[in-house]
Amino acid sequence: MITRCLIRKKEYYDSVFLMRVAKQIAGQRGILQAATLMGTEKNKVLLADIGFESVEISSATPNDLIIAIRAENETILSNTIENIDQWLNQGVGETGALSYRTIEEAVTHLPRFNLAVISVPGQYADREARKALEQGLNVFLFSDNVPVESELSLKEFAREKGLILMGPDCGTAIINGIGIGFANRVRRGPIGVIGSSGTGLQEFTTLVHRFGSGISHAIGTGGRDLSDQVGGITFLSAMDALESDRETKVIALLSKPPGSSALEKLIQKIQLCRKPVIACFLGLKYQPTHEPIGCKLVRTIDEAASLSVQLATGNLPSLSEKSQQKLEERIRQHRSGKKSEQKYIRGIFAGGTFCYQAQQILQDAGIFVHSNAPLQNNPKLKDPMHSTEHTLVDMGSDEFTVGRPHPMIDSGLRYERILTEAKDPQVSILLLDFILGFNASLDPAGELLPAIDEAISEAKKRGESLTVVASVCGTEQDPQDFNLQFKKLEGAGVFVFSNSAQAARFCGLLITGGS
Amino acid sequence: MNDRLKDLLQKGPVAINIGVLDFAESLKNQDSEVIHLNWTPPAGGDPELIALLDQLL
Amino acid sequence: MATEDLKQKIETANAETVKQINAGDPVLVDIAPAGEVIPGLQDRMILHSGPPVDWQNMCGAQRGAMIGAVLFENWAANADEAQKLLEAGKVRFEPNHHHQAVGPMAGTISPSMPVWIVENRAFKNRAFCRQVEGRQQFGDFSDSALDGLRQWRNIWAPSLRKGLLQMGGLELKPIIAKALMMGDELHNRPVAASSLFANAMVCSMIEAGVGREDLLSTLYYITKHELLFLALSMAAGKASVDPAAGIEYSTVVTAMARNGTEFGIRVSGLGEEWFTAQSPRVNGLYFPGYTEKDAGADMGDSAITETAGWGGMVLAGATGILGFVGGTPEEAMTYSKEMRQITVAMSTNYRMPVFGFQGAPLGIDIRKVVQTGITPIIDTAIAHKNPGYSIIGAGLVRAPMDCFKKALIRFGQKYGAK
Repeated sequence: MITRCLIRKKEYYDSVFLMRVAKQIAGQRGILQAATLMGTEKNKVLLADIGFESVEISSATPNDLIIAIRAENETILSNTIENIDQWLNQGVGETGALSYRTIEEAVTHLPRFNLAVISVPGQYADREARKALEQGLNVFLFSDNVPVESELSLKEFAREKGLILMGPDCGTAIINGIGIGFANRVRRGPIGVIGSSGTGLQEFTTLVHRFGSGISHAIGTGGRDLSDQVGGITFLSAMDALESDRETKVIALLSKPPGSSALEKLIQKIQLCRKPVIACFLGLKYQPTHEPIGCKLVRTIDEAASLSVQLATGNLPSLSEKSQQKLEERIRQHRSGKKSEQKYIRGIFAGGTFCYQAQQILQDAGIFVHSNAPLQNNPKLKDPMHSTEHTLVDMGSDEFTVGRPHPMIDSGLRYERILTEAKDPQVSILLLDFILGFNASLDPAGELLPAIDEAISEAKKRGESLTVVASVCGTEQDPQDFNLQFKKLEGAGVFVFSNSAQAARFCGLLITGGS
Repeated sequence: MNDRLKDLLQKGPVAINIGVLDFAESLKNQDSEVIHLNWTPPAGGDPELIALLDQLL
Repeated sequence: MATEDLKQKIETANAETVKQINAGDPVLVDIAPAGEVIPGLQDRMILHSGPPVDWQNMCGAQRGAMIGAVLFENWAANADEAQKLLEAGKVRFEPNHHHQAVGPMAGTISPSMPVWIVENRAFKNRAFCRQVEGRQQFGDFSDSALDGLRQWRNIWAPSLRKGLLQMGGLELKPIIAKALMMGDELHNRPVAASSLFANAMVCSMIEAGVGREDLLSTLYYITKHELLFLALSMAAGKASVDPAAGIEYSTVVTAMARNGTEFGIRVSGLGEEWFTAQSPRVNGLYFPGYTEKDAGADMGDSAITETAGWGGMVLAGATGILGFVGGTPEEAMTYSKEMRQITVAMSTNYRMPVFGFQGAPLGIDIRKVVQTGITPIIDTAIAHKNPGYSIIGAGLVRAPMDCFKKALIRFGQKYGAK
């Protein structure tokens, strides 16, 4: 047993506060007695009564703090005294909502953060992302308009720190079952996916869910990650992460065709990877006959999802969701009532990847379309506001979204565009996509239904028949409920798919007249 | 790989949200721990002062 | 210099700056005529609040207070003569802050006016503050307003001085710490501190043999004057912060002061230079008969209390003046939380019970102010825009951002930021 007294001159504390401090100290292991008091005469008598007496105590004034502690041994006693400020400076029971203004401040108060989700305007994004990385946080960087030089230096910094930076312009991620940004509620499971586009990841993860399997992690990288300038830093880090992740059995990669030096690095990584890898590089011109990069190469997102599920579970899901009979019936229906000048398809997309994939599928069917975001060999739309012949428009691209909400959030622009297309007597098919999930519009189908109805009846008035084909990307667990959205569209006479590639393939059939 | 990256993958996100409030709300709706930063453009958005701050703070 | 190096130097300097402030040990040691004790205060010189200002640019209230001070010193026979004297440049003006002094509102200190003398025992530096009253310092130069100054000079100050010398000085740190527990924020609301001060003085004045009439008059004065302690919290603040001035690389604010025309700040690492902006309008409540149309702009050295970590910094604890902050405790809490976001540390001496006894936000950092866009919040009284009036209201005001931006730019120049 050992006793010590400490005087802190001219430190005033409220007596009730000091009683609480003494109680807390006394509650520590190995502390036999603790007193913290101001040095009044009365308090000195109290201390003497419990056996604390010293020259220091008797010389203390009412403005001095007396700390008196009795402990089992020297170590405990000196530890307690060394850390006395921890008790005296504690803050308890703060009321009112805390509001942090900077990342540093938040991290100081709650050190267990592991991610910063950043969606500030582009000119500030680099700064905030850098600060997050400095604080040891992984980053989901939704902001766009970040220069590629910034992207590279941020990603190099992240790599140096062993962290991952998703983005910039990263729309979607699912980490450990939690959707970040524009993500769907999907089953957890053995398939990990890395993707450069948000809607690509949404399509892949919802299809995996639809095929009965689930997602371990879905990691977004931003659209430029596999460019030669950035060199796939995030793709490579994400592959490391998924390879060492115990939940992940199969890794899928979704991207536009990588730059040649980025591809080289990626191939090296794939070849060393101990888990099966499936890659879908949308926009690749040819179907490679062999697999030079050591992994399964597929053409479309649905194929990637289906093959991933097969490799992970052993069951190959069927891609065709409609019976042959139903498809043929619909093709007949489409042909009847068409006028000869009705020749063209108009795709009005919210998801850029869907627009891009549809172009690839149509090109494979020999159909070249105009687009504001053209696939190689497709003509660029001269005026994104005006369709011509076959046209697929990505309504989520910059020319439409500067200063306006994305069509996934606000259907206003697509609504107007549908009505515009409906006035063109040359239009035969309208192709639409509907994207569900967190942060997307709460009723995308409902918002466009009046426009679809009007478009169909407008055509009727001209004695024409307009075919509307759509895909819905989502699950029944999404806030919008896939089934509800699907039925709403079906009810309006829309031919609906749960898979955007299938919807595009069907349109190809309609145009080429195949059966 | 940094421990925070392992932590992120194994335990899921514990996030600081900076920017669009909806992203914090959707994390909250999934019972994921998140705080939304009361963020405003630093130095009122003045690029010269921001550059200066970056050297000093 | 490498950026990280510079940042580290700043962090170290700022930690040192608040350490100095935290070490402060303000003791009220004496009360004496300003001319006898304030260094550099010469005959025919009047000190004033805020950064430097000339007669041409001086606001109405400060002009009125100058006229009052001239009459108090008997340098002129009447207000007209006093004004002519002042216009003719026959009286020199200098800021209090250039003379280790502070003054509330117009802040005028003239040579024969007794001032409170507070010594920081940790560093042996002294600070001076004039008496707080509700009339002349707001620009009222009427004879009855000046009568308050004369009684202070002739009766109250000498009686209090006797008591003080009898007790060998009064430690202010415990009074301030206790008052913060009792709902004071020590700027607009020093009621508890004023009472504690009065309690502490009574016996000593009797022991010192102050005559019955003077004693009674003085006791009436100190027991009924709820704002009396403001002069002491200002002097204590000045005495505590002054040793923290002039620390190289420090971005901590060491003075905030307003003259009703300009608001100025000084920064530890930038020495004695003032960084100024136009004095802001106060958002306040008014006495019957006055509105914001009558109000002058923000004025006084009293923002030294915020500089030292009191006043607006600890609004959360001052429930009695919630009326100024919109009325709810939550709003008051919000202010104090905001102030934490622009400060370097928490006081180790002065605590806020509502925050679980955490220390008051201490050490305003110009970097954080510019970064966050949050400027210090200040409790203050409101003077009339024209000379000749007493106090017309009180309220809250934000320090103007421009001072902090200017200071940060100068800091960058001085310390070699690119």
